[in-house]
Amino acid sequence: MIQKILKKKEEKELSFQRTQEKLKILADAAKYDVSCSSSGSKRANTNKGLGDATGMGICHSYTEDGRCVSLLKILLTNYCIFDCAYCVTRKSNDIKRAAFKVQEVVDLTINFYRRNYIEGLFLSSGIFKSADYTMERLVAVAKKLRLEENFNGYIHLKSIPGASDELMREAGLYADRLSVNIEIPTEAGLKKLAPDKNREDFIKPMVKVKNEIIQYKAEKKIIKTTPKFAPAGQSTQMIIGASGENDFQIMQTSNHFYKNYNLKRVYYSGYVPISYDNRLPQIGSAVPMLRENRLYQTDWLMRFYGFDVSEILNQQHQNLDLDVDPKLSWALRNLHEFPVDVNTADKRMLARIPGLGMKSVYKILNARRFRRLNWEHLKKIGVALNRAQYFMVCDSNQFEKRDLTPEKIKGLILQNSNSKYQKTLSNQLSLFS
Amino acid sequence: MIAKNLIYDGTFDGFLSAVFYVFEHKLKQVRIQNEFTMQQGLFSDNETIVTEEVKANRVWKGVKSKLSSKGSYQLYYAFLSEQIGVEDFLLDYMRYAFEKKSNADKDYSHPSVLKIAQLAKSVGREKHRMEAFVRFRLTKDDIYFASIEPDFNVLPLIEKHFKRRYADQKWVIYDIKRGYGLFYDLDHVEIINMDFPAGFDFTKTESEFFATQEFEFQKLWQDYFKATNIESRKNMKLHIRHVPKRYWKYLSEKQPN
Ligand code: SF4
Repeated sequence: MIQKILKKKEEKELSFQRTQEKLKILADAAKYDVSCSSSGSKRANTNKGLGDATGMGICHSYTEDGRCVSLLKILLTNYCIFDCAYCVTRKSNDIKRAAFKVQEVVDLTINFYRRNYIEGLFLSSGIFKSADYTMERLVAVAKKLRLEENFNGYIHLKSIPGASDELMREAGLYADRLSVNIEIPTEAGLKKLAPDKNREDFIKPMVKVKNEIIQYKAEKKIIKTTPKFAPAGQSTQMIIGASGENDFQIMQTSNHFYKNYNLKRVYYSGYVPISYDNRLPQIGSAVPMLRENRLYQTDWLMRFYGFDVSEILNQQHQNLDLDVDPKLSWALRNLHEFPVDVNTADKRMLARIPGLGMKSVYKILNARRFRRLNWEHLKKIGVALNRAQYFMVCDSNQFEKRDLTPEKIKGLILQNSNSKYQKTLSNQLSLFS
Repeated sequence: MIAKNLIYDGTFDGFLSAVFYVFEHKLKQVRIQNEFTMQQGLFSDNETIVTEEVKANRVWKGVKSKLSSKGSYQLYYAFLSEQIGVEDFLLDYMRYAFEKKSNADKDYSHPSVLKIAQLAKSVGREKHRMEAFVRFRLTKDDIYFASIEPDFNVLPLIEKHFKRRYADQKWVIYDIKRGYGLFYDLDHVEIINMDFPAGFDFTKTESEFFATQEFEFQKLWQDYFKATNIESRKNMKLHIRHVPKRYWKYLSEKQPN
C-alpha cells in the first residue's frame, strides 16, 4: 500500500518535471511572435464560469525586455516538417523538440488564469505531419477550454497555412482571434528564405476567416443568438530586417492587408538573429528595434491619425528617418501646411502637428470651447511643446517668427530632446503606454 | 473671519455630508478634513460632521446632474487618493460645477478641475495596476488569496472586475496597508478584516497554509516568465518603468526560486 502511494507520488513528480521541461522549450520557441494583444473581444462571463474577455486586455507582467505579458504564449509542438530559414523551429535546426498533450495545455491555461497571471492563451505550433493534422489539435485545445472548462478568457489561435476551410470555421467558433503570420513582406523574400512555402497558403485561411466574420455580422443582424465568430478579428506579423525590404515595401504590404483582409492589427517584429545561414543577418548583429518602432508609429498614423500611407512613404521616400519620428518627418517635408492655429484648426490638421497625440487633440477641442488657449494651457494639457512650437500658433503673440528651414527646425528639436529620442530607442511599447 | 474646519469620518458619504453642510450654511472660508489625517489650524473653528446617507445622496445626485459620468467618477477616484487636502479641491470643483451650466469637467484650464483629473488619473492607474498585479495563491482551504499594498485605496474600484472574472472560485484580496479585504464566497463580495498569525510573512508561500499544487504552478509560471524573455532585447529600464520595484514583492514571477 505504502509503496503504491510512494509510486504515485513519484509519478506525479515526474509528470510535473515533464511539463516543466516542455514549457521551457515551447515557450522559448514561441516568444518571437510579438503579438500579445488580448483586447477587442466581447466574450463575457456566462453561467458563472471562469473568466471574462470584455474590455481592454491587461498586461499582467512585463518581460525584462519590456514587452507585455498578457497571454500564455506557447507552441503546441516545435516539431516541424518545414525549413524556413528565419525560424528557430525549422527542421534543420539542431534543437530539443517537445510536444504538449491537449490536456496539458488546458491545465496550464486554467491554472495560470485562476491565479491572475494571464488573460488567456496564445497557441501556435510547428507543423507536424500536415497542416490539417496540426490545426485539428489547436482547435481541440480551444474547444475543450470553452466547452468542458467553461472558460471565457481570451484565446488566440494561429491559423496554420494550408488548413482546410472547415477547420478554420471551427477554430473561429472557439477562438477570439486568429492570425497567420506572413512573416516575409515580399514574395521574392519568401522564395529566398522559405522556398517550400507559398503565399497562397497564407492567404487562404485569412480569406476564409474574413468571409466568416462578414457572414457572422450579417447573420447577427437577423438572429441574435448566432455563435460568436473570432470576435477580436485577425492579425498578422512581418519580420523586419531579414530579407532586405525597404520601409515603403513593408508598409505597402501592411496597408494591403489592412484594406483587403479587414485585419485588426499588423505586427512588426525586428529580426532576432538565430542562425548562421548566409541568406540572413548573422548572429550577433543588432535587432533593428528603432526601425521597428518607426514602423509602428507609421502604422499608428495610418490607422488613427488620418494619414494615407503614401504621404509618409513613397517612391521618393522609401525609408523612414531614424532620427525623428515619421510625423515630424512628414511635417518637415510639408512646411507649407504650417503653422496651424490651435484655436481654429479642424481635428484633421490638429492631429498632424508634431508633438500632439490624439489625446491632446481631444483635450484641445474640448478646452477651446471655454476660452482661447495659450502656451500655458497647452503645456498643462500635456502637449510636447518642444516639437509642437514650430508648427503652431495660439492665443499669444509669442510664436516662432523666424523663417526657419526644415534642417534648422530639425536641429533645434533634436538639440532639446535627447531624452525623448532615447525613449523611442527602447522599443515599440513606449508608443502604447 | 475665522475659517470653519469640518471634520468627517473618512468615508465618501461622510465627505458628501460635509459638502451638504457647506452649502446649507453657505460657508465661504472652510476646510474639510478626514479625522484620521487632520491637521489643526491655528485659529480654526472645528465642527464634527455626522455622516448621513440621505444628505450624501442628495449631494451626489446633484453633482451627477451637473457632470458627465466621467466627471463624477473622477471625483470619486480622486477622493480615494486619500491625499491630504484633496477634499478642498473636490469642494472647489463641485462649487465650480454648480455655478456653471454644463461641462465643467471638461474645462482643464480650471486649476481644481485639472488637479482632480490628475489625481483621478493616478488612482485609475493604480486600479489598473492592481487588476494586473494581483497574484492569487491557492490556500489549503481552497480559497485563492492575494495580498496587496496599493498606493491608493483602490479595493472598492477593483471589486467588480474580479467578481466578474473569477465567478467560480472563492477568493480574497487583502489590502495589508489599510487592514481590510474583499472576500468572494461564490455568491457575493463582502468586506472583511482578518487576523493573521504573529510574524506572518505575506511574501512567502508557506506549506502550512498553501496547497501543494500551488508551489508547482508558481514554479511553472516563473519558468514561463524566464523562457518568454528575449535576452538580446533586454531593457531593464523599460521593464522597471512598467513594473515599478515596489510591486515586486507580491509578484510570483519575481520571487527567488
Ligand atoms: S512552418 Fe512555421 S514553424 Fe515551421 S519552420 Fe516555417 S515558420 Fe517555423
